[in-house]
Amino acid sequence: MTDEYRTLVEAYARSGGEVDALTMPDVAHLLIHENRVLSSRPVPGLDVHIEETDTGVNVKLVVLKGCRIEHPVHLCFGVLPKEGIQQINSVITAEEGSYAELLAHCTFPNAIKVRHLMNAEMEINRGAAITYNETHYHGQHGGVEVIPKARVRIESGGRLITGFTLTEGRVGRLEMDYDVHVGAGATAEMTAKVYGRGDDEILIRERTVLAGEGARSVIKSRVAVRDRAKSTVESITEGAAPYSRGHVDCVEIVQDDAVAVAIPRVSVVDRRAKVTHEAAIGSVDKKQLETLMSRGLDESEAVDVIVRGLLK
Amino acid sequence: MVKHDETGLSRDAGLSIPIRYVIQIIQWEFMLDIQGITLIRDGKEILHEIDLSVGDGNIHCIVGPNGSGKSSLAYTIMGCSGYLPSSGTIKFDGQDVTHESLSQRATAGITLAWQEPARFEGLSVKDYLSICQKGRVDDDRLASVLALVNMSPMRYLEREVGESLSGGERKRVELASIVMMHPKLAILDEPDSGIDVISIKDIITLIQVLKEEGASVLVITHRPEIVNIGDSASLICDGRIVLSGSTSQVSDHYLKRCGPCEIETVSET
Repeated sequence: MTDEYRTLVEAYARSGGEVDALTMPDVAHLLIHENRVLSSRPVPGLDVHIEETDTGVNVKLVVLKGCRIEHPVHLCFGVLPKEGIQQINSVITAEEGSYAELLAHCTFPNAIKVRHLMNAEMEINRGAAITYNETHYHGQHGGVEVIPKARVRIESGGRLITGFTLTEGRVGRLEMDYDVHVGAGATAEMTAKVYGRGDDEILIRERTVLAGEGARSVIKSRVAVRDRAKSTVESITEGAAPYSRGHVDCVEIVQDDAVAVAIPRVSVVDRRAKVTHEAAIGSVDKKQLETLMSRGLDESEAVDVIVRGLLK
Repeated sequence: MVKHDETGLSRDAGLSIPIRYVIQIIQWEFMLDIQGITLIRDGKEILHEIDLSVGDGNIHCIVGPNGSGKSSLAYTIMGCSGYLPSSGTIKFDGQDVTHESLSQRATAGITLAWQEPARFEGLSVKDYLSICQKGRVDDDRLASVLALVNMSPMRYLEREVGESLSGGERKRVELASIVMMHPKLAILDEPDSGIDVISIKDIITLIQVLKEEGASVLVITHRPEIVNIGDSASLICDGRIVLSGSTSQVSDHYLKRCGPCEIETVSET
């Protein structure tokens, strides 16, 4: 076991990762530090192909037809030095009728000047389902630039659930761009929760195209910003097929001198489709605040409870 | 209630103790003592020279038509933002709290159950009730308090105090949270609204438990069954206390004479 591996695993644990899962023979995992693969394990039903290149790491995951991966696949991506770059190009395929849950932890605990680039392509075939939850920890210095991009195609009856969480420590600069094409009878549920502080900059763009009859999507964003942080959340849903249904739900809480922008964009090009949106942006809700204060919390404690709840 | 004498002295030369001392002794027994409160919001007088007292360990009920100022009175006593009275005093447990913040009043022992409880995304019933217990989680207390409002801990403790609860369930959680607080003064703003008729007995039990545990309770309600358990009552109309006295007296007056409203009839003529 190298020092690099041990240190990354420690950082992984601090950011909420399950260390025990990395040693279990029936649990798939992948550990990448900077642009080097430190450890990986496939399991029956999941093919893993990895290639280190001069500029990054190419990862190909295939969940084989009809296979249901029993335990979540643990992914740990990190950069431990103060400076560094990590580029991961991933292609994830869920073959017909398959299912897998991916748990990713991206950790950059000491970052002063770190870039993390993720280019993902995902294909969820007929009747397959993927749950992809990622938790980020960027340290306390705000010196991280994270640019995750995903292009997803969900075929008929497929299902995608994503969760992006970055609520501890600083954000630095986040530029997230997810684009999901939802086929007939397929479903996409995407949730992003981010807490910006200092001079953090948050840009979230999530788009779903409801392309097949009866396609459904929900884009949910929960963002809190304080100090001088800035956030822009652009949530786009296009209802392009009969009986497709979409909903966009954005809540941003603004404290101090922070600035938040919400841009819900919904459109329908088939009269039988329906897309709705709701956006609430502003300071902490007065009634919630006063309720908690009437229970004996001071104002800052009450705000903390509300924000933590929103981002939970 | 003893009326103030302007001189503070007894007019009865036979009394050896000045009446102002008697008043003070009696006032110590008021958990809440409001004198001459006037509230103006957006240029409109919402409350007009309200006098109201709630004895230590007593249940005092407030009745009155919709829009008469009942909730505004509750928010004023609690110290909510925008409800600072333009005149008058609010004494709580012998201390003038008129200019104290909501948090200070809550810390001193006042709490309020909102008529329309807030929704909290990501906050479980257990989290919410634990906040009311100052973070000290006493599972037995949680279970017994939830039982008071006819809620099963197994079913509800992990539920979110948001969309996952119906309006009636949120209301029950709100009332449970008040009991968890061990308040000196509980203000219950229409605890019966949004709750089915069968559950009124649960509300009555909860109010009685609050009293048994030493709280004074100010209940805003429209329901005679709840007024009947009070020690005293007041009728508020158009921002004024128009009648204070026994619960039966106030309840009868409200039911028989407030519909049609005599004040409205007078003002129309």
